[in-house]
Amino acid sequence: MTRLTGGLIDRNAPLNFTFNGKTYKGFQGDTLASALLANGVQLMGRSFKYHRPRGVFAAGSEEPNAMVELRTGARQEPNTRATVTELFDGLIARTQNHVGPLERDFMAVNDLLSPFFAAGFYYKTFMWPKVFWEKLYEPMIRKAAGLGSLSMLPDPDDYDKGFLHCDLLVVGGGAAGLAAALTAGRAGAEVVVADEDFALGGRLTMESDLLNEAAATDWIASVKAELESLPNVRIMTRTTVFGVYDHGIYGAVERVSDHLAVPGDKVRQTLWRITAKRAVLAAGATERHMPFADNDRPGVMLAGAMRAYANRWAASPVKRDSDAIAIFTNGDDGHRTAMDLIAKGAKVLGVIDAREAAPRFGDYEVFAGSIVTGTKGRLGLTAIEITRNGQSQWHSVGALGVAGGWNPNVHLASHHRGRPVWDDNLLAFVPGPNGPAGLIPAGAAAGKGGTEEALTDGMTAAITTLSEIGITASEIVLPKAENMPSEQVAFWHVPGTKRATKKRAWVDFQNDVTVKDIALAHKENMTPVEHLKRWTTLGMATDQGKTSNISALAVMAELTGKSIPETGTTIFRPPYTGVSLGVLGGGDTGPLFRPRRLTPTHAWAEAQGAEFVEVGPWMRAQYFPRAGETTWRETVDREVLAVRSGVGLCDVTTLGKVDVQGADAGEFLNRMYSNMMGTLKVGMVRYGLMLREDGHAYDDGTCARMSEDHYVVTTTTANAGLVYRQMEFAHQCLWPELDVQLISTTDAWAQIAVAGPKSRELLSRIVDEFDLSNEAFPFMACSELTICNGLRARLFRISFSGELAYEIAVPARYGDALMQRLMEQGADLGATPYGTEALSVLRIEKGHAAGAELNGQTTAQMLGLGKMVSAKKDSIGAVMSRREGMAAEKRRLVGFKSVEPQKQAMAGSHLFTDGTVQDMSTDQGWLTSSCYSPHLNGYIALGFLENGDTRMGEIIVAANPVEGQTVKLEVVSAHFVDPEGGRLRA
Amino acid sequence: MLIPHPLLGLRDSQEFTYLGDASLMQRPDASAENAEAQFCDYVFLRDNPAGVHRELWFHEQGDRSWLVVTRDTTTHEILGAELALDVKGAAK
Repeated sequence: MTRLTGGLIDRNAPLNFTFNGKTYKGFQGDTLASALLANGVQLMGRSFKYHRPRGVFAAGSEEPNAMVELRTGARQEPNTRATVTELFDGLIARTQNHVGPLERDFMAVNDLLSPFFAAGFYYKTFMWPKVFWEKLYEPMIRKAAGLGSLSMLPDPDDYDKGFLHCDLLVVGGGAAGLAAALTAGRAGAEVVVADEDFALGGRLTMESDLLNEAAATDWIASVKAELESLPNVRIMTRTTVFGVYDHGIYGAVERVSDHLAVPGDKVRQTLWRITAKRAVLAAGATERHMPFADNDRPGVMLAGAMRAYANRWAASPVKRDSDAIAIFTNGDDGHRTAMDLIAKGAKVLGVIDAREAAPRFGDYEVFAGSIVTGTKGRLGLTAIEITRNGQSQWHSVGALGVAGGWNPNVHLASHHRGRPVWDDNLLAFVPGPNGPAGLIPAGAAAGKGGTEEALTDGMTAAITTLSEIGITASEIVLPKAENMPSEQVAFWHVPGTKRATKKRAWVDFQNDVTVKDIALAHKENMTPVEHLKRWTTLGMATDQGKTSNISALAVMAELTGKSIPETGTTIFRPPYTGVSLGVLGGGDTGPLFRPRRLTPTHAWAEAQGAEFVEVGPWMRAQYFPRAGETTWRETVDREVLAVRSGVGLCDVTTLGKVDVQGADAGEFLNRMYSNMMGTLKVGMVRYGLMLREDGHAYDDGTCARMSEDHYVVTTTTANAGLVYRQMEFAHQCLWPELDVQLISTTDAWAQIAVAGPKSRELLSRIVDEFDLSNEAFPFMACSELTICNGLRARLFRISFSGELAYEIAVPARYGDALMQRLMEQGADLGATPYGTEALSVLRIEKGHAAGAELNGQTTAQMLGLGKMVSAKKDSIGAVMSRREGMAAEKRRLVGFKSVEPQKQAMAGSHLFTDGTVQDMSTDQGWLTSSCYSPHLNGYIALGFLENGDTRMGEIIVAANPVEGQTVKLEVVSAHFVDPEGGRLRA
Repeated sequence: MLIPHPLLGLRDSQEFTYLGDASLMQRPDASAENAEAQFCDYVFLRDNPAGVHRELWFHEQGDRSWLVVTRDTTTHEILGAELALDVKGAAK
């Protein structure tokens, strides 16, 4: 145990957890990383490429090394960072990316082969022979790549989405963030303050700095209490603001219950969409390191992280209390770590300071003008080599902190391509002037990392930015604080590792990129930073190079002789840290993936045992199986024959319905449809074909003229929304001078098709004194009427099946009752409910076009409806439909009968003259729809065939090369049933 | 993105459906001599400027009005939004 004194852990709340099967003890307030360190565990993983033993390197979300797999079963989660994993009782964690035990990873052989895995290795090695890629290289790489593994089980947890609106979003709850939030909160502004940590305070919780001459936690607690008391302030801990989007919209993930063993009745995570008028970026800074030879051993970590572990978590970085700790620094900041460690009673060897004029702030040894040039220790650091003026000496240490300076977390300020700018005094990039509008950086994120300046800057930022939206905030009394010494020199890496063969100095730990790799990329002319990133993989993967990018481009700058600002950074993009796909889905999985629309008779159909099918967002009854029926075909055949011989009922509510009203309704529809609608008599219905403006067939439906200035238009189910949108476009953007009003009534009216020779008889039993005779209400008539003693309804004598048929519409809430009434009243007539399958068979038998024929590539001529495109008027698509190429199209919609009636030709098959070679040049068209016709006792189809209308009786071949199938078909009229239309008009 | 709807104030762009270049409001005259050529341009040719663009958005999950939105395609800054009905009316 190397637990120190103090810290923000609750020693009265011990927690047990297992790591690689071994049980350890930690406390409430620990992270997995801090608890492991406190238990003397340094080795926490293996590196990605070379499988080098690695320990924890940082104390926050920037962690590159300590990646673990959490939990078991369906909740197993790979690639989580031990540094941000809150400890809970019963936590199960395992290391990943090794074969065999962590201490003896068999894949470590890669490390010996490292000369072959240099930068650009994949690009160079797997290029030839080409055939090896699919069979050998790719499977091999896939097996070796990746870090943790997935459970391959469905995610058992729930996720949610939330929406917030505020005046000020404060990103980060440290010194600057709390000052900003308090300033804005007291001014009455709506404030959201979000922090990725589970505790407020940010870096204040990890330093020994005093506020008002007391522990910083006192001030944090008082601010937290005040913010919580303000109704206009919302504190969101465990919440990462991961991206800035247009117009002040921020994406954030709240980890609601990741700190619990199981979420219980809570969601696991929530995706927040925060719309903020203004935002203060108080995201702090991330420390960088200075690459030196063999700097990746467990025990080598960021000095600031070491300090955080000691101060906040009372955890020492060494395996045994007797092991000494050394600090390697290029500035004053490293000395703070030494001071804090000494104050905690840890054994400190001293501070190795690259500066000749290194200061000393306390009672410890200072190795001035010295650097670290080597390390020892296979699974954990045992010694370092300190070199001064070419003289080297080895020292035994158990841990080494590296302090290379702090990089402001400019990420969010650099979304929207806002480029950070170089600050020569800070030796760091700070947010540039062209960041997202409304976002203002403050505190360490703005390069003002001293405690006193961060507090002041946070307050000032809030006052400034709120004044832009008319909110006056006043200065608040900030706690007394000071800025710690922060002098440093530009020292980026220890020289001597660019070309050496044995000594490797890691820059990016997660991707195993060394100084030498950067030198190689430079040699191969991959010098622009974006190239450097792709060639070496530097800055990729889960940490996105938060601890390595700046060091890497400093090395590249040195190689090219350019300055660091000239070298520049890669583009910053969301997300700031990894976001799970589960939370992006927001819980919308399975049936919740998109809204489901149910027809008015859905519950009734369910009770009848119907099978359902998804039709766009709708669930429609597909067929209604009866006891004893063993196949769906048996059921569908029965339903089809019932319609042809008796009467069938089908819910057709899903067809789009648009109410068109106004003095110019007829003229408007003339322009929408290719055929004439203005001449339609009141009380009649006309079939209509709509074209796209490019001249292709778009949608079909019916227009019923209910009165002089009132039409009811139907569209296909699939295009209901699109046609309505198009009609509104025509009304508002093309012809606003027409007096017409539109409203979609698809959901307002339930509509039931009553089809078959006995349909009139059935309807006569429910209408209220309405003359249904052929003379009074002929084919294509429509009327408003009442049924069932006073229920208002609309009746249309239209037929999709080719039989005597009607569609009857009632207000949607009566749809279910209407269906039940029709079933009751039609019991002696054999009234049979039918689903979409029978509907489809009926319409194929009749030769009616549907979605497969109106697929966006076909024309009115092809559909045999060329004459419908009126030449007497302009309508959408009319001009373009007469283009030469469109008019020359010779394929026509015809019917096909299988020569062997029981052999089906699949829709999608292509058509060829019998005996010809089957290729593109001999292709004569394709089949659009195919089904078994119980009426004809054989398979039939519809399709587009070249000059099909003149080839009746010819035997052609339908080829389906995907299935290796060819079927001989006879070309016939598309009207398999009642071609004269006598039944319709009966 | 947020779109300043002239009647309803700032609305989230998720409520809208995007169509494209507002030149689609200038449908050619079908009776013109070179109508086919004009329609070919109208249907197939659009400007796609890097910069200020006038474009059509449909408030489909809202009041169903078509808007002409002026947007800088390089920054997504919205410079204005008008009802298409007003734009068309003013052009008469």
